[in-house]
Amino acid sequence: MSSYSASELYSIFIMQSFAGFSLFSVLLLMALGLAIIFGQMGVVNLAHGEFMALGAYTVFLCSNVAHNQLPGLASSYFVFAIIIAFFVAGLAGMFVEWALIRFLYKRPLDTLLATWGLSLIMQQGFRLTFGAREVTPTLPEWLMGSFKPSESIDIPINGVFVMGLTLLLTFTVWAFMYRSKIGLHMRATVQNRAMSGAVGINTKLVDRFTFALGCGIAGVAGAAFTTIGSTGPDSGSRYIVDTFLVVVFGGTSSLLGTIASAFGIAQGQSISGFFLEGTMGKVAVLLGIIVILMIRPKGLFASKVRS
Amino acid sequence: MSSNTSFLLGIEDLTVSFDGFKAVDSLNLYIEPNELRVIIGPNGAGKTTVLDMICGKTRPTDGSVKFYNRELVGLSEHEIVRAGVGRKFQTPSIYENLTVLENLEVSFPKGRSVFGCIAFTRSSEVMARIHKVAEEIFLADHLEVEGAHLSHGQKQWLEIGMLLMQEPKLLMLDEPVAGMSPAEREQTAQLLKRITQGRSIIIIEHDMEFVSRIAHKVTVLHLGKILAEGTMEEIRHHPKVIEVYLGH
Amino acid sequence: MNTIYNRFLGGKSGLTKLLVLAILLLVVLPLTMSVFRLNLVGKYLTFGFVALGLVMLWGKAGVLSLGQGVFFGLGGYCMAMFLKLEASDPISTKIQSTPGIPDFMDWNQLKALPAFWVPFKHLPISLIAVVVVPSILAYVIGLAMFKRRVGGVYFAIITQALALILSLGIDGNQGWTGGRNGITDLRTLWGWDIRTQSAQYVLYFVTCLSLIFAILALQWLLSGKMGKMLLAMREREDRVRFSGYDVSMFKVFTFCLAAALSGIGGALFVLQVGFISPSLVGIIPSIEMVIYAAVGGRASLYGAIYGTLIVNTGKSLFSESFPQLWLFCMGGLFIAVVVFFPDGLAGVVDSGSKKIGRWFQTKKNGSPPDVSLDNAVLATTGKIDES
Repeated sequence: MSSYSASELYSIFIMQSFAGFSLFSVLLLMALGLAIIFGQMGVVNLAHGEFMALGAYTVFLCSNVAHNQLPGLASSYFVFAIIIAFFVAGLAGMFVEWALIRFLYKRPLDTLLATWGLSLIMQQGFRLTFGAREVTPTLPEWLMGSFKPSESIDIPINGVFVMGLTLLLTFTVWAFMYRSKIGLHMRATVQNRAMSGAVGINTKLVDRFTFALGCGIAGVAGAAFTTIGSTGPDSGSRYIVDTFLVVVFGGTSSLLGTIASAFGIAQGQSISGFFLEGTMGKVAVLLGIIVILMIRPKGLFASKVRS
Repeated sequence: MSSNTSFLLGIEDLTVSFDGFKAVDSLNLYIEPNELRVIIGPNGAGKTTVLDMICGKTRPTDGSVKFYNRELVGLSEHEIVRAGVGRKFQTPSIYENLTVLENLEVSFPKGRSVFGCIAFTRSSEVMARIHKVAEEIFLADHLEVEGAHLSHGQKQWLEIGMLLMQEPKLLMLDEPVAGMSPAEREQTAQLLKRITQGRSIIIIEHDMEFVSRIAHKVTVLHLGKILAEGTMEEIRHHPKVIEVYLGH
Repeated sequence: MNTIYNRFLGGKSGLTKLLVLAILLLVVLPLTMSVFRLNLVGKYLTFGFVALGLVMLWGKAGVLSLGQGVFFGLGGYCMAMFLKLEASDPISTKIQSTPGIPDFMDWNQLKALPAFWVPFKHLPISLIAVVVVPSILAYVIGLAMFKRRVGGVYFAIITQALALILSLGIDGNQGWTGGRNGITDLRTLWGWDIRTQSAQYVLYFVTCLSLIFAILALQWLLSGKMGKMLLAMREREDRVRFSGYDVSMFKVFTFCLAAALSGIGGALFVLQVGFISPSLVGIIPSIEMVIYAAVGGRASLYGAIYGTLIVNTGKSLFSESFPQLWLFCMGGLFIAVVVFFPDGLAGVVDSGSKKIGRWFQTKKNGSPPDVSLDNAVLATTGKIDES
């Protein structure tokens, strides 16, 4: 540490914080979809990572189509691809809810196992369709490179893009859940199913839609990922445990909790990754989360309910 | 108020609020040994919540519950049970997959730790006690029947029997005759009068007939506070109670 | 004699199941299989220990752990550490820069044995560690979680995180643990060469007998009050608490039991297969072990063994002939077991034998037995009319 000058340290600090923020947006994107499915519905979807991968692969396909069939769209396809990824993942989610999840609502442990099985199937599906090696879509030019606010500070553009997308998505989800009629129906169904049904809300459809929404968001997360990493069949499983911990740690019923949790965990990992070698930084953070969860099992922002 | 040691159960300033709503508000209640107290009151008065706080299911926000001068607030549920407090719930809570015999056996106050459980054997002492209790609760001929196959009234009796096995000094029953036929109610009244010997019982009930048959003293709760206390006769003619609860 | 028959052996049906398994494992398989395949079966049977633990923890106590690989691995690593130290005596390792320490430590420029390795020079300590280390970890975690009423899905996720933590921790510290490659090149156990064919036979039989003994011991445990308590807790945890039982301690006990069993399995694995690596510790193997119990019937001890054998055999058959299809099958198996066969194979066999039993009764009496009527009569009059 002593071999760096003050301004160099400052630059490192900025870049580390930025790296922490990047990780924060990645974790938050992943956690948002899961917070809806797990936090709101209590469904444990271990295949959540695979819906992300689905979104990523969708962008890859769009990239191929754009570059091979419609070269005019080479730089503009990306935004459309993200939207398409949302719908592809969302529709897949709708199908999965209809075919599997809706039979298991009262059995959360069984949902866990069944969705793990689903994730294996999806992973193998990816492997057979796209090959076992990792793929990357051809990213448009405006996403490449970095901008340099000063000599030694290097901020990659794709990182900024991901953060921007995360902000937009978080805001949209919040607005949707808390300001729209459908969001109201969703929250009502989760909190009091019987009453919601009694006032005419079609709770079955709401469930399907909620699950699909969570998966759709996962798809967008996957699309965002393609800007910072490559996609392989098991990309989804790489971060599933982290995502669940983010949601559990933040208190499953609070959107604010999820945001705070993602932020804390991301910064924690970034900082400890600097001091400890390699994966040990991640291990330290995971251990920290477990210890805190043992003290406060319901997470940081759990609401107090009459037990 | 000072903590007087002659009471079996002394509740002082007991308060609990849920997100700002005070379900029970500075309650003071004293139960003597060998007393059968009935608590009545409209729905939402806080009756079940009081029992919840005594047996440890809910933590009060303030106040104390002293059982033979021992503070119960803060102890875990099983510790309170081992201290001698038994609780029967509103909906019959028995082990449906075990027989009547097994339900009672499991409630025997020995072998409740992990290793005690492993080492537990069905000794003659245990069996004698099971038979005695089964007699009391009218199920002596039903020892091999699975809990799930009992009638609603029988399930209530079984639950009372499970509590009796624990030899509690304080028994708390939440609506023990709900859903019972008149004949069953009569039997239950007899049972309860019998078992008040050597212990105290708190009962929450709505059936006034039943209450008048068994109660030594009645406490009326309303909005988390005591509205009136006295014998059944006094309560029946108490103007506030009539206004709030009894009608007429 | 009566108690031994009923409690230890499980009465008539238990004795039948025991004999079938014993004959299969101790007679049929050794006679019909090559030593190579028998060794594979021995390996699968070590996973069976984990499955037994899961039957107790998940099937009986209702607690799902997705991290049993942690305990399997800990037991395995304890045994491997002893074996590795034995194989790293100063004479065999004289070409290393620091003789007398395991090769991977030498590659990582370690100059001396890390402190936590030293006790594993002694066999008795290592053997005790195989059981005690997983149990202590389970005790600490279990106490912290169950006392705070953490259960269900939360607990499952946390055990997953534990599996991740341990596998990453082992992975990232090659100097101390052998890293991703694990601990390999194990040769002798107190001078006895474990790589020979005769040793493999012996170890196979040791594994089978230990497994059978474990089943009997668990059966004994379950036939007493403990079995009823676990059933009661799974059904009505609150009521058990209000009967004066500290439910959390029972869960801790079962968790430790499952951990100890898994540790023993891990140690036997190392002896038969000759290595251990973090690939047996992490999330994927831990969840796989759950499927073994699920396929066999999560509440059936014997079922768990058969489930383990079937899934693992299927895995190697498929991997040989249709590698592309295996993951589809495994995924489908998870879903099928959860949705269609929650009681696994044992459930299918049980209901099948009940149907056969009723069929026999019908043939004998001329009309099918009406079970529901019996119970109703019993409840109202206390007697069944024996006509």
